[in-house]
Amino acid sequence: MSLLLIGYGNAGRGDDGLGPAFAERMSNAGLNGCRIDIDYQLTVEHALQVAEAQTVVFVDAMIGGDTPYRFTQVQADTTADLASHSLQPEAVLTLADMLYGKTPDAYVLGIAGDSFGEVAEGLSATAHHNLGLAETFFFDWLATSHRHGNVSVSHA
Amino acid sequence: MAEPRLIEISPVTRVEGHGKVTIHLNADNQVDEARLHIVEFRGFERFIRGRLLWEVPVIVQRLCGICPVSHHLAAAKAMDVICGVDALPPTAEKMRRLMHYGQVMQSHVLHFFHLAAPDLLFGFGAPAEKRNIFEVIKENPELGRRAIAMRKFGQDIIEATAGKKIHGTGAIPGGINRNLPIETRDRFLAVIDDMQVWAQDALALARGYTLEHDHLVAEFGSFPSNYMSIVREADGALDLYHGTMRALNSDGGTIFDKLDYTRYHEKLVEDVRSWSYMKFPFIKELGPEAGWYRVGPLARMNTASFIDTPLANAALDDLKAVTAGAPNNSTLANHWARMIEVLHCVEKIRDLLHDPDLQGTDLRATGVRREEGIGVIEAPRGNLIHHYKVDENDMVTYCNLIVSTTHNNEGMNRAVKDVAVKHLSGQERITEGMLNHIEVAIRAYDPCLSCATHALGQMPLQVEIFDAAGTLIDSRQQTSGQG
Repeated sequence: MSLLLIGYGNAGRGDDGLGPAFAERMSNAGLNGCRIDIDYQLTVEHALQVAEAQTVVFVDAMIGGDTPYRFTQVQADTTADLASHSLQPEAVLTLADMLYGKTPDAYVLGIAGDSFGEVAEGLSATAHHNLGLAETFFFDWLATSHRHGNVSVSHA
Repeated sequence: MAEPRLIEISPVTRVEGHGKVTIHLNADNQVDEARLHIVEFRGFERFIRGRLLWEVPVIVQRLCGICPVSHHLAAAKAMDVICGVDALPPTAEKMRRLMHYGQVMQSHVLHFFHLAAPDLLFGFGAPAEKRNIFEVIKENPELGRRAIAMRKFGQDIIEATAGKKIHGTGAIPGGINRNLPIETRDRFLAVIDDMQVWAQDALALARGYTLEHDHLVAEFGSFPSNYMSIVREADGALDLYHGTMRALNSDGGTIFDKLDYTRYHEKLVEDVRSWSYMKFPFIKELGPEAGWYRVGPLARMNTASFIDTPLANAALDDLKAVTAGAPNNSTLANHWARMIEVLHCVEKIRDLLHDPDLQGTDLRATGVRREEGIGVIEAPRGNLIHHYKVDENDMVTYCNLIVSTTHNNEGMNRAVKDVAVKHLSGQERITEGMLNHIEVAIRAYDPCLSCATHALGQMPLQVEIFDAAGTLIDSRQQTSGQG
């Protein structure tokens, strides 16, 4: 598998569902050569999937961001927060490295939302807008990145 | 008035959701009060009201990303009642049980290896940079790989029975919407021996820790309390999926037994305190001072007459021998109890996988519609109650949930106070290691603070210390996103 995309968050918490919403869009877009996973949160067993990928993109909602989305490279980090059943991307990458000796290229795509905390379904208007911008960016990134030459979009 | 001091404080880590501990010191640096505050997301009931009964078992999974299967099954059981179904077809009940055992197993494994092991292996007062799962893996990478493999096994069981990893649809009012194909069964059977050996090894690790640290375990957050769970109606055996309610006091005496859980509200009352969003349930006939109780793995070991799988039952006998058969009141013994339940789940999963009913095709029963339904299960963290009323248009008009962490609210607060008094009082300088003792006590209950909102940038955890004048003298938070 060349590319793994994990969209995570709780669609029952308003804009916290941005990660799953993005992953669903990518799933519907028919990305060949890309495995797409949706989950509530990152947990230890994601290290197994990550260890099988050449490139990983973690997609999560972002609170308080000053841009509609943020795309940053991340690496394994043994000081990453381990406060919960839920892990940070850096911690998952560290587990993949320590347990399976794998260090894929990894990125976090954070998409800004403004409605969190309440038990509610559906994204805010801001989140919807930012989701579209992030989607456009991501397709551009896929198209221009030589690294993902074996990932193609059937229909966008 | 005491002079304000600069105190090193760590956050409440390795628990789920939003939590805050406040510690009040008097003029002599003695702990006057220590409390666990849980910032509970309210609005669950409002979220559910107006929904169609058919969609409730799916929607409730959005309440919590930590134990969605527990909510899925408790809601489905309640909706069985509303649909007039008192007994499921064997295939349906066994598929649900398989789902539940898979869930309890993977939840307990994650808690023990990932969240508790660093404290147990390196010590509560070890440097913070040492107390994490990465350090555990450095010393024992095979332990880390096993933990992930066991966790994945449980998750795969959930996916096979619920249909999806998240927002599963397996349990429906009156039954289940799938059986277990032979090829899926065989995939699980191919690794079940490994799971059992690893569960036994994990149990040995938890048991060994408890016995080797008997003095610490005996005093650390240890205090008598009542215990409550469901047990199998016929014989009082441990039953995580279904049964009648049993409550025992700290001597093992019966408070109530064989209580149909649809009458829970006749026995349990939820108290409200001004300083907490979370309610404090207690047993009505004993009152709030004497009637509070604990739930969860250790409570279940205390309430169950026996376990109906041989290896786990032998382990239960072993645990009970420590207290000569009386209830075990040690907060830290929860870890041992949790690993007994992992072994029990593996044994149950093996039995179910060999049961041809899992390939049955009678998946759903029907009955005469009712207006009200109550579903109760033993979730990984303890008793979970779902209570609904539905109108003639199938819309939910009433919803009440009592989750495990709410049941344990008083017990966790008492554990925090107990440990704070023993380890912080009179100390000239309170270190991060000392404060970790309080967090260890909280973590032993594996509380789920009802929140799966974890978006980048959020700050969920906080510890505050106040001096004798009530002035905040230190506060620390952690970010869950960018650390």
